[in-house]
Amino acid sequence: MKNTSLKKSPILDVNSLKVNFQTKTGKVTGVKDLSFSIFPGETVCLVGESGSGKSVSSLSIMRLVEFGGGKIDSGSIMFSSNSKAEKDLIDFNQKDMRGIRGNEIGMVFQEPMTALNPVFTVKRQLTEGLRIHKKMGKKEAQLEALNLLKSVRIPEPERRLNQYPHELSGGMRQRIVIAMALACKPRILIADEPTTALDVTIQAEILTLLNRLKQETGTSILFITHDMAVVAQIADRVVVMYNGEKVEEGTVNQIFNNPVKDYTKKLISSVPKLGAMIGKKYPEPLELSSNDKLKTKRIVGTKKPLLEVKNLVTRYPVMGGMFRKKIANLHAVEDVSFTINKGQTFSLVGESGCGKTTIARTILRLEESVSGEVWIEGVDVLKQNKKELLKQRLNMQMVFQDPYGSLNPVMKLFDQVAEPLINYKINQGAELNKMISELFDKVKLPRAFLNRYPHELSGGQRQRVAIARALALNPKLLILDEAVSALDVSVQASVINLLLDLQHELGLSYLFVSHDMAVVERVSHYVGVMYLGRMVEIGDRQTIFSNPTHPYTKALMKAVPIADPKKRFRGDDINFKAISSPIRSLDFVPDASSYKKIKKDHYVLDNDIGYD
Amino acid sequence: MFDYTVRRLLIAVPTLIVISLVIFLVLSLAPNDPMAQVPLTVPPEVKEKMREALGLGQPLYVQFWKWLVQFFWIEPQVLIDHYFGTNYSEDKLRVISWQTRAPVMDTVVQRLPQTLWVVGMSYVVAIAISIPIGIYSAYKQYSIFDQAGTFITMVGYSIPPFFTGPLVIVIFAVYLDWFPSTYDTLHEVNSWDSFIIQLKQMFLPVMVLAIQGTAQISRYMRSAILDNLNQDYVRTARAKGLSESIVILVHVLRNSMIPVITVIALNLPLIFGGAIITEQVFKVNGIGQQLILAIYANDLPTIQTLTFIFAFLIVFMNLVADVLYALLDPRIRYE
Repeated sequence: MKNTSLKKSPILDVNSLKVNFQTKTGKVTGVKDLSFSIFPGETVCLVGESGSGKSVSSLSIMRLVEFGGGKIDSGSIMFSSNSKAEKDLIDFNQKDMRGIRGNEIGMVFQEPMTALNPVFTVKRQLTEGLRIHKKMGKKEAQLEALNLLKSVRIPEPERRLNQYPHELSGGMRQRIVIAMALACKPRILIADEPTTALDVTIQAEILTLLNRLKQETGTSILFITHDMAVVAQIADRVVVMYNGEKVEEGTVNQIFNNPVKDYTKKLISSVPKLGAMIGKKYPEPLELSSNDKLKTKRIVGTKKPLLEVKNLVTRYPVMGGMFRKKIANLHAVEDVSFTINKGQTFSLVGESGCGKTTIARTILRLEESVSGEVWIEGVDVLKQNKKELLKQRLNMQMVFQDPYGSLNPVMKLFDQVAEPLINYKINQGAELNKMISELFDKVKLPRAFLNRYPHELSGGQRQRVAIARALALNPKLLILDEAVSALDVSVQASVINLLLDLQHELGLSYLFVSHDMAVVERVSHYVGVMYLGRMVEIGDRQTIFSNPTHPYTKALMKAVPIADPKKRFRGDDINFKAISSPIRSLDFVPDASSYKKIKKDHYVLDNDIGYD
Repeated sequence: MFDYTVRRLLIAVPTLIVISLVIFLVLSLAPNDPMAQVPLTVPPEVKEKMREALGLGQPLYVQFWKWLVQFFWIEPQVLIDHYFGTNYSEDKLRVISWQTRAPVMDTVVQRLPQTLWVVGMSYVVAIAISIPIGIYSAYKQYSIFDQAGTFITMVGYSIPPFFTGPLVIVIFAVYLDWFPSTYDTLHEVNSWDSFIIQLKQMFLPVMVLAIQGTAQISRYMRSAILDNLNQDYVRTARAKGLSESIVILVHVLRNSMIPVITVIALNLPLIFGGAIITEQVFKVNGIGQQLILAIYANDLPTIQTLTFIFAFLIVFMNLVADVLYALLDPRIRYE
């Protein structure tokens, strides 16, 4: 598989790599058989779902896999370094490897929040590599660090040098990690899911940055991701992995336009694509494979309102001073109103910190509001006392983002799903058993799972258990807080389809909280876009997606990567505003939200919120 | 940070007053009579007069108030007088020991250096031994060193000083005759030889006290290092091409010290508790021994004062731990 435009010899040539992990229960294979090569100045994407061995492969190239208990069993990793001729990295000892790491191969990791050492300044962490590999003095390294920060386009680079990682936003931290990886001008940059933990606008910025740096420095990039849309944005060539093996390899156009293997096709088809729902008035399930006959065609719902949120305001006090007094307010939700119809889905979208989760939690009274009303079936939830609230929660249930954290690890699945029923004394004995079994059928989990523990299940299966638990009380409203965000694409697709089936079957209403525009487009009837605690635009899904009017909505749409290599970000139009702080002084009186009506069911915020 | 420290100091004041009240009430509940040792030939009326002279005829709240005034108002004045040559405390009644009829604090000041030398040195030794052990055990997890370390620290931790004390005396002082079995407070260090003798007589009590501290701190150190070894930033540091010694001794250690520092600060008062027994065993006449003697003699003012000093140490060390925590971890700046 040689790209004709690149006749040069590869920088990195991985040949039938095999990596095993020694565990208590025996050997586990991380990578079975992987071969690929990287040519100078190209971006190769390793793509696959969790457990496919893509991260293990990258750690093996760095020979860091040994620190995690892995062992390279066979194969070769031929690397032609700057100084020496082509050499097999597998023959290197750890001491020689240190001359390669950070010097000729740089690496960027997934979690910018944890990838930096919290107790050292940015300067210290940036200069470390320079001083070791390039033998620079303190002053020289410091100057170089400043240049690096400029090259990754961090605002106010001089100030950043003396800051600690926790003082910076996620996007800035990732830029610093990239600067660190590029410090010694490596020949290859390995980026392991560098944008997965970031908001879409920041993701778009980082992807543009990587593309630009590649052009400026000629560094080759090995980019690892699970997201086909990101692949389409950045790759020259693509290596698809599944279960530790290479499934398919090709140029990005070949992979997207003429995928050969079924797995690749499935991977591409399960990505919810922005714009896939154009011309469709109602949500409908994804077609995962061509022979998949869908039971649910489309979900119409009703026009009767179930939940009405009026002028909701939620603020958190910020404490400080000698006597821990309230010194400021964090305006998490500021004058937000919307309606959810029976049997329909209302989606809240926005970036982290915009207040979407706070709304979801306030509706359930998991947070207390400052003012506003939440009407469901003629009662205001916010005015109910404890006893009434307990009954009210029968109507509303929630599914959380992290399927690992939201299930109790020491309780059997049966008991977890049965807990709400026992709590409300709805059922017991044989009838309870029957009910739980039926719930498992509903979420398409085998009944054999009833007596298992959460750790025996995969992420997708756990999320199904969480959905079953939420459904146990037969609620009218399900609040899905990023319920599919942590799942692999193919699993995500099947959970989305499950949710749509359930909505169709049971006439449920959903409040769908998500940062993923493509998923939102797939499932929603109505959409509200949030920014800094305000609802900046609200309307029916078709209108919002076809005619975004508020500047923030437009920016958000533009930042969504499209799974089509022909529609890449152009460097010049990526310039998003950083979200300003929602913390205001105590005497700050926010003005009421006023909306401009664009057309029926489509309103845009008129207030000046500092985004234009 | 400054605000935080001041706030914590202000909270410490009521905490300490409540603690002193609890100590006072518990002691007053104890069935004892300071006149029990007085010969039977002394007539009861005289004994009653003696009791009143000690202030025992007064109601409890008056007695407590008097102690508060003496300890928190008059004793600091004595201290100021001592250092600046003033005479604020002249003719004022200090906390008087029933045993010696001398001010309690005078005895404490005489005895404190011995305790600080033995206890303080043992803690320094414990820290110096346990941190390298903890680091190495964690880095070579499940190695023979780690397994042996786990076993030995477990043993060290579970055997109390009142057992190890006599044990080491029997082995090192009686059979081997390497070290003296008792601590001679009157020994003066004025030459190299006398310094060696001082080292020798300190060795056994310091070691006995250090065993427990070592066991505990090395356990904490090990688990803190293990926690941090799995962190992403360690992988980043390695990916930069840093050597293992820099990765472990700079990146990991600095982060691991954050919880360990807290443990070290919080455990210091506990070591004083151990010193009470150890001082008794090695005949170190420090404040631990003073407390034991006071308990035997029903000397309530001394017990009250010493117990309060221990309580004060605990509260103070808590504060020190919190401040150190903030200094080590830039993420925590108590605003």
